[in-house]
Amino acid sequence: MLYQQIQSNKRRTVVLLLIFFVLVALVGAAVGYLLLGSLETGVIAAIVIGAIYTLIMVSNSTNVVMAMNNGHEIKNAEQAPELWHTVEDMAMVARVPMPRVFIINDDSPNAFATGNNPEHAAVAATTGLLKIMNRSELEGVIGHEMSHVRNYDIRISTIALALSAAITLLTNIGGNWWFWGSGDRRRDDDRNGGGGLQVLLLVFSILMMVLAPLAAAAIQMAISRNREYLADAGSAELTRNPQGLISALRKLGSAQPMKDVDPSSAALYISNPLKNKEHLFDTHPPLEERIARLEKM
Amino acid sequence: MVLLIVIAVIIVIVIAWVSIYNSLVKTRMQTKESWSQIDVQLKRRNDLIPNLVETVKGYAKHESGTLEEVTKLRQDVAQAATPADKMVASNQLTGALSGFFARAEAYPDLKANANFVKLQEELTNTENKIAYSRQLFNSTTALYNTKLQQFPSNIVAGIHHFEPSEFLQVPEVEKEAPTVKF
Repeated sequence: MLYQQIQSNKRRTVVLLLIFFVLVALVGAAVGYLLLGSLETGVIAAIVIGAIYTLIMVSNSTNVVMAMNNGHEIKNAEQAPELWHTVEDMAMVARVPMPRVFIINDDSPNAFATGNNPEHAAVAATTGLLKIMNRSELEGVIGHEMSHVRNYDIRISTIALALSAAITLLTNIGGNWWFWGSGDRRRDDDRNGGGGLQVLLLVFSILMMVLAPLAAAAIQMAISRNREYLADAGSAELTRNPQGLISALRKLGSAQPMKDVDPSSAALYISNPLKNKEHLFDTHPPLEERIARLEKM
Repeated sequence: MVLLIVIAVIIVIVIAWVSIYNSLVKTRMQTKESWSQIDVQLKRRNDLIPNLVETVKGYAKHESGTLEEVTKLRQDVAQAATPADKMVASNQLTGALSGFFARAEAYPDLKANANFVKLQEELTNTENKIAYSRQLFNSTTALYNTKLQQFPSNIVAGIHHFEPSEFLQVPEVEKEAPTVKF
């Protein structure tokens, strides 16, 4: 079960990267053809830029994700003994190296894990989590995060996050261009009527409309709800105490939303930090269902 | 042709033999490593206990009996000869310590002492690490013992005299909440 999950995560990561590069190449082809008159130059330039971006993102993902979520790294046990020691325990029993530990100043209890692989992983917890959870509840939450680390869930969700951020950036640029461009076009229309630029803007606007939902779909694909159940089961396996996680999930369920959370990182957290009630793009299975499954163990 | 087939079969058997042997050595090493993890934590706890006794002395006059018991059990853990004896003594010490921390709730001055708070977290951490490293030891032992019994690794294990590793029993008392007596 665990082995299949790791394999499927690695496969999905490759598929995700392929889709991203196809999209990047398409954008490059359109831009290259319209601006430079050469399809090949555009494709090559776009793929090179995309590859460099991906490399930088992946090699530096932990710092980027933690900066996006205002996480402060703690370097030794004195700064937060309970959290540090719990992470140590769970890493030992999951047989992964000790990850980096971060704290987010927020009264709403929550936690997430990120990183590239179990050797380069990080775990973050909010100050609210440390305040309201007792030891066994904290162990349940950290055990859940450590299962994500061990299952390579962190790699795929971090890459999905990086790529969707890139696509959002790209479509935003396209959108702005279209917006400002349409002003130009009206002026242009009076004189000689647009031409190549107009076609380019049209292509961008179409790409924007197509890409945005695709980016959302990519995240949905990467962050299947099933893995949350699997990480809950993994946590119970590590702590041998499903009650701890059950009572932690109950506390998470009745908590306030987080003040200052990056929406594209929302899917990383153990419980939805935005607490929104739209179910169409849910990244998290309902807490009641997760508790029910844990109670059956 | 027949010769070639025979040579190929021999090569395959040798490669399989070497890789099975190596994986047996690796898993046996893992069980030893996880035992030494437990041992490290037991030593750590033994190092912490004298500090605890020193800190508590001045505050909790009525607990001198408990402290003597803790000190005696600490000796037992340090002097135990076999892993099994060590774990029996360690389990008793765990029980005595958790009983003591439950009673410490009755001494507000002690609970306000920064040194005591720190020691309590350290000892809780060590107790948790003992429990988790024991769990790790049992899971690596299960993995290793399964290999000893499975075909074809049982043949390699039998010829090279790999001995099975013993499981550590999880004490039943540990799962219950400590009873508080005054």
